[in-house]
Amino acid sequence: MTGDSGSISVDLSGQLGAFTLGATFSVPMRGITALFGPSGCGKTTILRCMAGLQRLQGRVALGPEVWQDDAQGLFVPPHQRHVGYVFQEASLFPHLSVKDNLQYGAKRVGAAQGRSIAFDDVVQLLGIGHLLDRSTRALSGGERQRIAVGRALLAAPRILLMDEPLSALDKMSRDDILPTFERLHEQLALPILYVTHDLGEVERLADTLVLLDKGAVTAAGPIRALQLDPKLPLLASSEAAVIIEGRIVGIDTAFALTEIGIDGGTLLVPGTHGPIGQMRRLRITASDVSLARSAPHGTTIVNSLPGRIVAIDDSGGPQVNVIVALGPNGDGLRIAARITRKSLVTLGLAIGDAIYAQIKGVALIASRTSLVS
Amino acid sequence: MATLDFAQLWSPLRLTLELATLTTLLLLVVGTPIAWWLARSKARWKEAVAAIVAMPIVLPPTVLGFYLLLLLGPQGPGGALAGLWGARTLAFTFEGLVLGSLIYSMPFVVQPIRNAFEAIGDRPLEVAATLRASPWDTFWSVAVPLARPGFMTAAVLGFAHTVGEFGVVLMIGGNIPGKTKVLSVAIYDFVETQRWQEAHILAGGMVVFSFVVILAMLVIERRTARVGT
Repeated sequence: MTGDSGSISVDLSGQLGAFTLGATFSVPMRGITALFGPSGCGKTTILRCMAGLQRLQGRVALGPEVWQDDAQGLFVPPHQRHVGYVFQEASLFPHLSVKDNLQYGAKRVGAAQGRSIAFDDVVQLLGIGHLLDRSTRALSGGERQRIAVGRALLAAPRILLMDEPLSALDKMSRDDILPTFERLHEQLALPILYVTHDLGEVERLADTLVLLDKGAVTAAGPIRALQLDPKLPLLASSEAAVIIEGRIVGIDTAFALTEIGIDGGTLLVPGTHGPIGQMRRLRITASDVSLARSAPHGTTIVNSLPGRIVAIDDSGGPQVNVIVALGPNGDGLRIAARITRKSLVTLGLAIGDAIYAQIKGVALIASRTSLVS
Repeated sequence: MATLDFAQLWSPLRLTLELATLTTLLLLVVGTPIAWWLARSKARWKEAVAAIVAMPIVLPPTVLGFYLLLLLGPQGPGGALAGLWGARTLAFTFEGLVLGSLIYSMPFVVQPIRNAFEAIGDRPLEVAATLRASPWDTFWSVAVPLARPGFMTAAVLGFAHTVGEFGVVLMIGGNIPGKTKVLSVAIYDFVETQRWQEAHILAGGMVVFSFVVILAMLVIERRTARVGT
């Protein structure tokens, strides 16, 4: 956690229907932080408390700005907290035009505060120029949500709070709007707190992850660290994977492959993605990784990287998770390999062993680049 | 057949329009905060307040008129109030009639506005709050515009009910031409004195008026339903 940019710190407790919410976490005030957990775990409540729309006991602060501190009897009303809030449903004002919706908050930001983002920039960023003169009723779900995001951004927030902004959309609109969210983060340097129960969205967007279950924080930290933590459900799940980031270093036009350099080796990804020099976010599923004692020959798997075993998560079941640090010296990125316990025993794998990780599939999931290392 | 005396027709009509317009405007001012409170408050006893506001719907107008008469008369607070400008009583005055009409027509103004405020829900108000709007700002820029159909219904109903008021007027207003003799009382009077022609004109006018009111209400309701989709 860097000191200069501060952190988002939340310490809340209270009764919430059938269960008690007791959430304490502190995450960096930059990048996208996902609040992830099953429905009804209290993640939306936390977001609402951050915005001041709901009140539980405790303390909420954004860097040096304290918004709630019951110890000092402090509670800043929502309109004085500089948050942008995107609700699950776009909730556009039906009595205002698209343009007036966008400018509702902008008009109320004091001139002294300085507009942090210009109207035209927001319109361009979100690709909503052609919608400005339409009635809010003539918009699709995805278009409505874009307007809602633009409206929040134009109110010059210091943090953007997004409450499952995609869950009310169909898959096509979702795929359409996700790249916009990535761009948003890259271009605005605005911290985003993103509530979701969709692991795909987390992997694509999040730098930092707060795991919630039944009103309590299970873990909070950089997404990659949490993905490889044997104590957490992420690694145990059938979809266990790790998100890594790499730079495009070459393109093989003859076979239509893209070469991506990562810390600890180079990966080949199907398709020609460019331009060279750009960063990409990749997903490596644990069950797509197998291990070999020696450099494999005569295999169809193109990605085979040397590495060292740094941890073995053996819970006694038929399969085990082996954490491998890439690079001949084992000082590169870490990935997880899911192998059978039989293989573990047959090969006699142990921590510190030099091995080759054969990666059957690498998914290029996003173009965003700001993963906290 | 006697010749028509248009002054005798115009006077109660003008008085009625004045009374109904003034009452409606005052009710919108007084009723809106009450409706907002009833719609938004979480107080457990708010339905008791709602019941008090709604009571004129079920009370016989003569009962309401009887108590108002005591209230407005020389012995009541109305008399004391009238004393401020040298009068003895508020009963049998236009001012007294306005006061009575306010209470009599209150539920017909408060209820539609309350319903409209409730129909807005929390969300638009929360959105406004996260967009830097203070509660006062939110009320005017979001709640009132969204509740507009409710305000229109309220105004139409409040006006119409005041126009149709009879029992209360008879109890507290009497029958003073140019001061308290409103349309409904005038019709009664014309019938009593067997002046059928005048009664016909005023009563027929009321039929047309009622039709227009109901039609206006239906049109407003249709528009509200469209906004909701």
